[in-house]
Amino acid sequence: MILFWIVAIISVASALTVVLHRNPVYSALALVVALFQVAVVFVVMQAHLIALLQVIVYAGAIVVLFLFVIMLLSLEPDVPRPGRYGMRAGAITLAAFLGIELAAAALASQPSPDTLLPPDYGSTKQVAERLFTTHLLPFELTSVLLLAAVIGAVVLARRRA
Amino acid sequence: MDVIIVVAKALVALVICLQVTVLLLWVERKGSALIQDRVGANRANLFGGLLPFNLGIVNTFIADPVKLFHKEDIVPAEADQFLHWLAPWLAVFPLFLTFAVIPFGDVLVLGGREINLQAVELGGGLLFVLAMVSLGVYGVIVGGWASNSRYALLGGVRGSAQMVSYEVGMGLALVSVALTYGTLDLQTINREQGALMWGFLPAWGVFYQPIAFVLFFIAGMAESKRAPFDLPEAESELVAGFQTEYSGSKMSMFMMADFIEVAIVAALVTTLFFGGWQIPYLQRDGFHFPGGFGFAVPSLAVTVLQIVSFLVKLFVFCWFQILIRWSLPRLRYDQLMSLGWKRLLPVALANVVVTAVLVLALEGWTT
Amino acid sequence: MNVPVDNYLALAAVLFAIGTFGVLLRRNVIVILMSIELMLNAVNVTFVALAFRAGTIDGQVIVFFVMTVAAAEVAVGLAIILANFAQRRTVYVDEVGLLRW
Repeated sequence: MILFWIVAIISVASALTVVLHRNPVYSALALVVALFQVAVVFVVMQAHLIALLQVIVYAGAIVVLFLFVIMLLSLEPDVPRPGRYGMRAGAITLAAFLGIELAAAALASQPSPDTLLPPDYGSTKQVAERLFTTHLLPFELTSVLLLAAVIGAVVLARRRA
Repeated sequence: MDVIIVVAKALVALVICLQVTVLLLWVERKGSALIQDRVGANRANLFGGLLPFNLGIVNTFIADPVKLFHKEDIVPAEADQFLHWLAPWLAVFPLFLTFAVIPFGDVLVLGGREINLQAVELGGGLLFVLAMVSLGVYGVIVGGWASNSRYALLGGVRGSAQMVSYEVGMGLALVSVALTYGTLDLQTINREQGALMWGFLPAWGVFYQPIAFVLFFIAGMAESKRAPFDLPEAESELVAGFQTEYSGSKMSMFMMADFIEVAIVAALVTTLFFGGWQIPYLQRDGFHFPGGFGFAVPSLAVTVLQIVSFLVKLFVFCWFQILIRWSLPRLRYDQLMSLGWKRLLPVALANVVVTAVLVLALEGWTT
Repeated sequence: MNVPVDNYLALAAVLFAIGTFGVLLRRNVIVILMSIELMLNAVNVTFVALAFRAGTIDGQVIVFFVMTVAAAEVAVGLAIILANFAQRRTVYVDEVGLLRW
């Protein structure tokens, strides 16, 4: 329970930093912290392989990509534009309602009886078994999707002389 | 009691990490001097020189650290202060963590309980290593960006692009190793290398996966931005790359990160490919030579021998990396990237496919 | 071990809401992309938490796919941002309104 509160406070604080800070580099670094907290949650939920993949893929590659682009574009900290208070108020209200409603739905649900977890729950072997038998088609389609994404990214980011 | 054991193991791993790093600094200075036919550091000594020769020990272990930590910490005025302070920590922190999953011995039988000599027993140890290597990029990026200087930014972008490119090759080499041993746990991989092939050859990883060894070694040296892949910190081209604006203790942390990575690559190479703590023919109760004879060795002596064997192999590969650094010329950046993407990656992929086919053919289809 | 699954579901909901807040509020398109990543992570937490509660592994497999698709989406999204920047020299979404009437 203590772990939950530590993870909750750090992840909410870093998420707010991502969303509110003016300097995009600080937002990216706060995102890394938030992603680490999500990895901690995965470990608590016995999802060990997914936790490691989260660090490798998200924290180790995606945010690095973000930082690359920020450095390539040499972004300065955001200049806030005056005005547009209606938009901001609307955004805050909507997000607050969404958050409160979803959280209330989560907390009000009936606690289901504790299911006994299989012994190697969340291990690489179990995930891989499911991945290569039941979900083989999505797996292959995902690889094609990644190929398409790589080609698309290279073509889009090339400078046309 | 369990907590104490884990803390003790973690402390041992940390001590190994730090001591190897410090020793590597000295070995690098004197070893590079040996290779380059010069003397190296030999000036500073205590008590006015007791011996007729000077091994440079006082120089490297006492004078240099004291000097580095007392130097004025200069931060450029236009630099981002917080990020400038953060980058050395980001560079060093994942590397310390990597040492936590490297096994430095088999088991220590103490008072009736078997203590597995691996600081953190992680089922997915290999993936954890890959994760920590991925995190090492942040020190370079943030260091290059925070300095707000041309050389630093160039060095940072080049360095991080290089690290990310070679991560792919390294990961695929590790995939073929995982395929061969059927597990991601480093201690299990180590233990399985104690078997004998054809009755006399120790089943070390290098005999099963020679190509993966070469690929992993090259990729590891490129990850740690060591020569011949050290263009991001090339002294003749970029001043000091992403480390340009760092001085004093922050620079020493970057240097420490460099040496810790050397130690990590060496530790991983020994664990995965050269039997780690395994001594050929030494089982837990004594030697079993293939002729049939053997003699018993007390278990504590076996443990000590295995730890020593791990450290010796670690040093051999650290020395090998130092040797390569001072022998080969630097790769140009486009040569570096084309090596990583156009040569290393296809070979690694082909290695994975061939390994998979061989594993399937030799061990059959088991669900 | 008693894992407070409901609390983690609520935390995921809050992260999702913060991500939505970021998408609606910020002008910098890179920060908007980062907020989308935050939302995807919140969804991943929900999947894993519910898989934990149900004792099945399918939730984790779905998270695997979500991560992969998110990586692909970030790559293409950043490439689009780079291409856009080459043309218009701006990363602020409210300055890229030429297609609107």
